[in-house]
Amino acid sequence: MNALHRLDRTARNLAPFALVLGLVVIATLPLRLPGYDATAPNVALIAVFYWAIHRPDLLPAPAAFLIGVWQDLLVGAPLGINALLLLVAHRVVSAQRRILIGKSFAVMWWAFAVTAFAAALGLWLLTMAFHAAALGPEPALIQILSTIAAYPFLTWLFAWVQHAVRGPA
Amino acid sequence: MRPLAGSATRLVAPVRGLAQRFAFPFLILAAFGLMLFGKAETVMVERLRADAVDIVSPILAGLSRPLATVADMAEAGGRLVDLHAENRRLRAQNRRLLRWQQAARSLAAENESLRRLLDYAPGPEARSVAARVIAKSGGVFARTVLVDAGERHGVAKGQTVVADRGLVGRIVSAGSLSARALLVTDLNSRIPVLVERSRARAILAGDNRPRPRLEFADPAGGVAAGDRILTSGHGDLFPVGVPIGVVVAEDGAGLRVRPFVRLHRIEHVRILERRAPGPPPAP
Repeated sequence: MNALHRLDRTARNLAPFALVLGLVVIATLPLRLPGYDATAPNVALIAVFYWAIHRPDLLPAPAAFLIGVWQDLLVGAPLGINALLLLVAHRVVSAQRRILIGKSFAVMWWAFAVTAFAAALGLWLLTMAFHAAALGPEPALIQILSTIAAYPFLTWLFAWVQHAVRGPA
Repeated sequence: MRPLAGSATRLVAPVRGLAQRFAFPFLILAAFGLMLFGKAETVMVERLRADAVDIVSPILAGLSRPLATVADMAEAGGRLVDLHAENRRLRAQNRRLLRWQQAARSLAAENESLRRLLDYAPGPEARSVAARVIAKSGGVFARTVLVDAGERHGVAKGQTVVADRGLVGRIVSAGSLSARALLVTDLNSRIPVLVERSRARAILAGDNRPRPRLEFADPAGGVAAGDRILTSGHGDLFPVGVPIGVVVAEDGAGLRVRPFVRLHRIEHVRILERRAPGPPPAP
């Protein structure tokens, strides 16, 4: 009984991490939206933001790092860029956790928008440094918009998962 | 007479505290280390990337089919709105194509008779692998796509990728089940091209925008808006004569090319196997 209990515990603890890895995979699926070349939202950033506030024990800094590496590998970005950005985001959000926790959804959404903007800026600068070339910032701006728009849907999903993994104390 | 376990835990606790304090800076350094490593050892990183993608490619391939169906239904719905105009356009296109078909037939007959005359023996036809796009690069500053054909299907790095309308790009890394293709619009894409009408040579350079730049060594060479751009085959990177796009003039930004292939919507591609360069056939 004790071993089964521990297995259950472990599965619950790993669920958010595994969920984010899966979401990063799904985010690379081609959405052939007519009219424009949509850039997929940065689901890893939404996840790190959410879990760093609500359950930092389930998605600690090393997890954010690994998610970033996974994202870099799958998406074709220079290896290490998203790992760095997610680490910094995790650190900053964790530090602000006391202020943010318990606030209304609108406040959190606004805080996330600021985070997304900072992350996009960081991505743009780091990518330019990596390739040693000038790049237009437009794709990053489009991604900010799609990421901010995706925030409510993903937080709804994460809140459901957070409730589901609470389980017996 | 302290128990041994007590002294062991007294050793672990400060170590763990130390680890927690230094975890974050260590991870930051690790991230920078990865970036430098990626800059230095691109081959190994591409191998790692290809292996990671191989793991998820069956899932992506499975999921992308229903998505494509939904996208097709949405597009069909949009077309229903303007059936009459579409019908007229298609009839006009049909008439043009029938005239081309007639011209093609007579040219093929002429070609055949000329070949017989010269006793010409053509080389083996380039074989191609058909594949589907299963993931686009979700990265913001890269224009690559994943296709569901890999080394197991005969795909290798450097092979040309085409769609029905023209050039798509080339394969930059291949896993066993999937491969990554660099599109013509990507920042790192440089293709030797020529203008169909004037045979002027140029380089088509991508910069992550939807329309890549046309760079000429000799700016005076005859090119105008509306000219078709084809691959020149220089450097043996691409086969000769693959259509790429049409020149559009942009104010202040020089000449750009609108690709024939709608790159944000491609689903089916062909990957051309390169013929190994061998000795020329004996006269």
